Amino acid sequence: MSNKQKTENENSKDKIYYVLSFIAVLIIAILFTFPLYWIITGAFKTGKEINAAAPVWFPTEWVVDNFSRLMGKRTAPILGWELGNITIGAATIPGALRWLLNTVFMCVASMLLTCITSAMAGYVLAKKRFFGRATLFTLVVCAMALPKQVILIPLLREMNALHLADTAWAVIFPVVGWPFGVFLLKQFAEGIPTEMMEACRIDGANEWRTFTDVIFPMIKPGVGACAIFTFISAWNDYFMQLIMLTSSEKLSIAVGIATMQGESSTDYGLLMAGAALASVPIIIVFLIFQKYFTKGITMGAVKG
Amino acid sequence: MNTKSISTSRPRKLVIHETVTSYLFLLPFLLFFVLFVIYPMFMCVFTSFFDATMGREDIFIGFENYKRLFADKVFWIALKNTMIIVLVSVPVTCAFSLWVASVISKMPVAATSVFRCIFYLPVVTGSVAVTMVWKWMYNNYYGIFNYLGTNMGILDKNINWLGDPKYALGCIILILLTTSVGQPIVLYVSALDNVDKSLVEAAAVDGATSFQAFWKVKWPQMMPTTLYILIITMINSFQCFALIQLLTQGGPSNSTMTIMFYIYYNAFKLFDYGYGNAMGVILAIIIAILSAIQFKVAAEK
Repeated sequence: MSNKQKTENENSKDKIYYVLSFIAVLIIAILFTFPLYWIITGAFKTGKEINAAAPVWFPTEWVVDNFSRLMGKRTAPILGWELGNITIGAATIPGALRWLLNTVFMCVASMLLTCITSAMAGYVLAKKRFFGRATLFTLVVCAMALPKQVILIPLLREMNALHLADTAWAVIFPVVGWPFGVFLLKQFAEGIPTEMMEACRIDGANEWRTFTDVIFPMIKPGVGACAIFTFISAWNDYFMQLIMLTSSEKLSIAVGIATMQGESSTDYGLLMAGAALASVPIIIVFLIFQKYFTKGITMGAVKG
Repeated sequence: MNTKSISTSRPRKLVIHETVTSYLFLLPFLLFFVLFVIYPMFMCVFTSFFDATMGREDIFIGFENYKRLFADKVFWIALKNTMIIVLVSVPVTCAFSLWVASVISKMPVAATSVFRCIFYLPVVTGSVAVTMVWKWMYNNYYGIFNYLGTNMGILDKNINWLGDPKYALGCIILILLTTSVGQPIVLYVSALDNVDKSLVEAAAVDGATSFQAFWKVKWPQMMPTTLYILIITMINSFQCFALIQLLTQGGPSNSTMTIMFYIYYNAFKLFDYGYGNAMGVILAIIIAILSAIQFKVAAEK
């Protein structure tokens, strides 16, 4: 009797604790969305509302003035590839749009290269027994545990020597070399039954065919996770972009906006428009693919 | 017997074949990995023994960079600030994410997913956009912190949050916290889902309260996740750079100077590559030692 009463007591205590913590989490979650809300509304506010002494919680009128100033700031050729005397894509567009294009290019190229190289390497590390495997795997894990930014100085000098500095490739290649994707796809490939590969060998498929027709389709969810993870981290890889890119028309959107902050540090309307342009596209990508993304995070950590 | 003879007569040929094909598959990755990760890592250590700058040959100076480093007052300030950031942000991030995860993992799947996304938002938004909006919120005249603080009677007068050595580091840590809980929450939610349900039920049958069940049954099972979270959060906090570079540039009077920003300042503003590399090496050693300690403590538990 007393025992039962005790558990009931405990249960109601649990319930109270749970309801209270639910409310607390809800409030904190609302606070977490606030900066984003402030960016987006700020981007559409008039200058008067931006600098009002009392914050305007919701814009009374939505204006695109901040965006037109952002677009009018500087211009850049859409591609500007010089082939001898001819320039391809010389038509000019607002600099901010060019930054956006640059960023999309860097992200897509990083993503494609990382997925291909990591799928191949991850499969082999998981499923083949070869000479040097253990050493290589240790090296991969150690590299991941080291602070990535520490290697930026030698990396810049190397890119200078290779004449790649101030090109998108200087940002892309180190992303591709970073072994997280390999680690992630190794985890996925470990789930493939070995009989599967035996069956392919008996059927006479060569190694490459086995990989493209059998293995790759099986690790597709992993490749999806790797793709979205690489895309988002490449988009936000500010430090690397800051070091590698210097000329105005080559910047990424993050570095471009940061440079603008240096020029007009108190024009918050303009800065919020820039911040919105830099963050809203990637947030949309994240929301669409978030299932794969969370999968990537958890799978990449299993044996951390 | 038969199987044994197969596994001992075929291996040599098989191993060679497997090794060759394996390396062919590894080749594209190895190319990028060796050129753009391993080689720079090696060069980071190597160049730290040189006086290196732009436009001239590096001069070998032995341990001079390291000697200079230990005598550099700003370096010690940077180290102290970095340690403060790490010591505050790692435990807070871990405890906060564990708490949020334990609350949201009990919700229906759709709700869990919504909350997970919300807490991940600041990470995805990107450090530049996040920093800019916080800079505005912290602003002396137009910021909402000062507005709310003075109107609610918490503050007597407006505070220059980022310009005051008393508050600047705390302000940076607050932003850092919002951008670092996303990943741990995702990890803890999935770890809580993977906890052995039969053990939890058994504990409940034995009369354990849900609080006891959490600490006695679920928590030990989540130890590997916790260890991973501790290490990634620590590495992230050590590397805190964008916030500093965009908000305070290490100031006022070095109160927000961190090792990562000091490396950047020396290498990319003063072009003192060798000195920057020496600091990078020290930073990597500190991180390696702290990771090893955490591993050891976790292994003992």
